[in-house]
Amino acid sequence: MAELAYLHLVRAQVRAQAQYRLSFLLDAIGSTLFTTLDLVAIVVLFRVTRTLAGFGFREAFLIATLAGLGFSVSDLCAGNVERLRTYVRSGLLDAILVRPRGVLPQLMATDFTLRRVGQVVQGAVALALAIRLAHVRLTPAHLALLVLTPLCGAVFFGSLFVAGATVAFYWIDSGELANSFTYGGRTFTQYPMTVYGGLFRRVFAYGLGFAFVAYYPGLLLLDRRDPLGAPAWLGWSSPAVATLAVGLAVLAWRTGVRHYRSTGS
Amino acid sequence: MTIIEMRELCREFTVSYKVGRLRRATRTVTAVDGIDLSVERGEMLGYIGPNGAGKSTTLKMLTGVLAPTSGRVHVCGYRPVPQRTRLAARIGVVFGQRSQLWWDLPLRDSFELLRHIYRAPAGAHAARLAGCVSLLDLGGFLDTPVRQLSLGQRMRGELTAALLHGPEILFLDEPTIGLDVVSKQAVRGFLADLGARGDTTLVLTTHDLADIERLGRRLVVIDHGRVVHDGSLDQLHARYASRRRVVVDLDEPLAGPVDFPGADLVETAAEGRRLTFELSGGTGELVARLASIAALRDLSVVEPDIEDVVARLYAEPAGLRGAP
Repeated sequence: MAELAYLHLVRAQVRAQAQYRLSFLLDAIGSTLFTTLDLVAIVVLFRVTRTLAGFGFREAFLIATLAGLGFSVSDLCAGNVERLRTYVRSGLLDAILVRPRGVLPQLMATDFTLRRVGQVVQGAVALALAIRLAHVRLTPAHLALLVLTPLCGAVFFGSLFVAGATVAFYWIDSGELANSFTYGGRTFTQYPMTVYGGLFRRVFAYGLGFAFVAYYPGLLLLDRRDPLGAPAWLGWSSPAVATLAVGLAVLAWRTGVRHYRSTGS
Repeated sequence: MTIIEMRELCREFTVSYKVGRLRRATRTVTAVDGIDLSVERGEMLGYIGPNGAGKSTTLKMLTGVLAPTSGRVHVCGYRPVPQRTRLAARIGVVFGQRSQLWWDLPLRDSFELLRHIYRAPAGAHAARLAGCVSLLDLGGFLDTPVRQLSLGQRMRGELTAALLHGPEILFLDEPTIGLDVVSKQAVRGFLADLGARGDTTLVLTTHDLADIERLGRRLVVIDHGRVVHDGSLDQLHARYASRRRVVVDLDEPLAGPVDFPGADLVETAAEGRRLTFELSGGTGELVARLASIAALRDLSVVEPDIEDVVARLYAEPAGLRGAP
């Protein structure tokens, strides 16, 4: 019953967006095209080289699509929390705070952007293609991994969206800083970790956890050992990493809301 | 029964500003500086003060939007920030600039969404909506998208939105700002009736002193984050000896000097045919006396300008403020 309210909010938002049909259509096409370009970039890359840091096209493509689908789902569900910035700047967050509901679910539901559904469909199709190309054996364990990985990826990126958005509570002109972690993080996870070197890899792949989103599950699906020497079971670590990310994001969010200063009268 | 209680309530903001080319310094601004106030259930409280006096900040602390820096605040028995969602179900809030309505949807849809958000029972919700539709005359634009409504229509929609879950307290921040005269009167009339019924406590901030004259049985004047007056409007007038003016037009000038008890003749114009009196009490005695000695052509009563009174209040040195 309680969650029904959010469903109503989502439906209302969809109805409101449907009033601007042409804009909706153009946005949907645009955002789908944009995510497709990411995959096209990988195809183009492999026209120049046969292997990329030890990975062939089919393998790299699987990792890229695993990461891509996870990101698209998170962008659909949580990408809109970056609009928190405008709510904080205009003081509109006040109107949300005085309702008897959690702020975060309200924001996610109120700004639900249906046009991003196109990306998710595109991501799923690309993943299916990658599975065939890479000849992934569809054992029960692999099937479970194929469902779990994009799901945990979505949760992981969703946490990143939420944590990034909280910057707005402290710093009203936070600009696009958070995007370098979310959209930048997607691009980072779409490549095998062997591409990156030194400190950069240590910080982003392991420190921030991007390696566990698609790379390690991908290795397990490809029946490959990690050239970096990590054990194979890390392929199953994405639920733990996603849970940790959610915990940190919620903590950041709660602290942020307490810091809200509500501009203007 | 006390429904709102504030004790030593303070809120500070740190503001950063530029010093030199790159360096920034911060300074602390106290927006609310130790407010003690209790509001009883069913009261109508008007909250006035100049810009930046701390009215909105106080309202935000009462509704759970802002956490106090120090002090205690209880609303409906809850601490507003930690128990925000529970409190939110029992209060209604109209922040004039922050709409509760969905811009692209008809008013009716917004009300329906709010019913789900507040988990309001369908029957009670429909009954309250029907009440508001007739009292606020919403029938003509219930199916119009909010973005196409006039400001007055939208404000009536906001009032309805805040009341559909049957709140115990209605908080209003500048409910009449920017409205035309007719809409202002509609809103004031509606709020006056709501307050008169006694089951909803009303707390409103305003700049418009006519709102206070119509609605604020109890008037709290706030300046620099402190309460400088808490009492009725009449008490405010009595305290500052503000007086009403009576302007009378006569057919003929008065024959000679006449003594009017309780009233002072302050101006004579139009060759003695227009007289202006100042008095603190009722006008009946003066008018009766005038009518008995001269032929009255016209008469008007000018109420004391509360704006002047308030301006005087703000000008008063801080040391003199305090007990009402």
